[in-house]
Amino acid sequence: MMRRIPPVFLVVLVIMWLLVNSTVSLGHIVLGTIVSALLLLAAAPLRPLQPTIRRGYRLFTLMAVVFVDIVRSNIGVARVILGLVGERDVRAGFVHIPLDMTDPHGLAGLSMIITATPGTIWVDLNLKEKRLTIHVLDLLDEDEWIHRIKERYERPLMEVFE
Amino acid sequence: MNAFLDGAIWFAQACFALATAFATIRLIIGPAAQDRVLAFDTMYINGMLSLLMLGIRSHSTAYFDMALLIALFGFVGTIALAKFLLRGEVIEP
Amino acid sequence: MNWTELPAWAALPAALLLIIGGLLTATGSLGLLRLPNFLMRMHGPSMGNTLGAGSVLIASMIISSVTAGHPVIHEILITVFIVTSAPVTAMLLMRAAIYRTRVNEERRRQQLPAEQSGQSTERSTAD
Repeated sequence: MMRRIPPVFLVVLVIMWLLVNSTVSLGHIVLGTIVSALLLLAAAPLRPLQPTIRRGYRLFTLMAVVFVDIVRSNIGVARVILGLVGERDVRAGFVHIPLDMTDPHGLAGLSMIITATPGTIWVDLNLKEKRLTIHVLDLLDEDEWIHRIKERYERPLMEVFE
Repeated sequence: MNAFLDGAIWFAQACFALATAFATIRLIIGPAAQDRVLAFDTMYINGMLSLLMLGIRSHSTAYFDMALLIALFGFVGTIALAKFLLRGEVIEP
Repeated sequence: MNWTELPAWAALPAALLLIIGGLLTATGSLGLLRLPNFLMRMHGPSMGNTLGAGSVLIASMIISSVTAGHPVIHEILITVFIVTSAPVTAMLLMRAAIYRTRVNEERRRQQLPAEQSGQSTERSTAD
């Protein structure tokens, strides 16, 4: 029985193969395609889920938003570390966020965004109650964080993956 | 202009050495085991960046492969240590 | 061509990116040393992991592309790998920290009424 090879994974793996070898010669493309297809066939029983990507261009605007946020929160965390926040006390704490997204690929993307942004770390996800817990270094206003995560990251990811 | 680039490379190398020193101090003073694992995680990222700087200086691509391998193995090592802290064993029966 | 003969349009952004990356990484590791508790300390190194490593990798791409005469972008693999693996590390470490703090607190609560000495609490927080 021939299992279906997921095309998105195949393309990503071939690109990675070409990047490691840093070449675009025809021989490497053929060899990379064969190796990637065999790997995907071997790994297919491990990952039965397939992502459905709609409106993929939203991912690029999301990446731009995330890049701006990474730069801004880097400055924020650097100010906290170097003690440049003035007299006020820096309060760290957990924030509970009610999630609407259920797609595992979207949740994986959200976890990468939250952890890649300094100042916030993904702690726990309760799938039964659909509640995400994150830890925030400089917690000023919980509602603002909930609004920010839901509006800026969760909504575009839901548009792409659900 | 290239003296500026040379200085920047020196400066970045000094920064990574300093960062590795900070992480080493945290690795030694602890206090908890998870602090030491986090310091180890930071150390391998800094070591990988230092290797990339060496790659720029010596103009060789062999350092890139080493940096990629350090990133891979450091990740696996951190995962194994964190798993050990969580349960007391790395592979659950 | 050696990297000492780079043209100025490539050398200037690469040098700036290297300086920014070095400063960010050093600041992040300083946070590992300065911040008061473990949960706050988790945030320090993530600075060096994302923007610090990212700018050094971009600088490395610029320099090796210009010296080689064709695009050399395989450093992007390291960036992708660090970004995709960071959540797993953070999640497991966070969970381990919360679990161990809870276990230590329970142990201390059981020991304190029996021993009434400061030594046992010191030992249970420092292991």
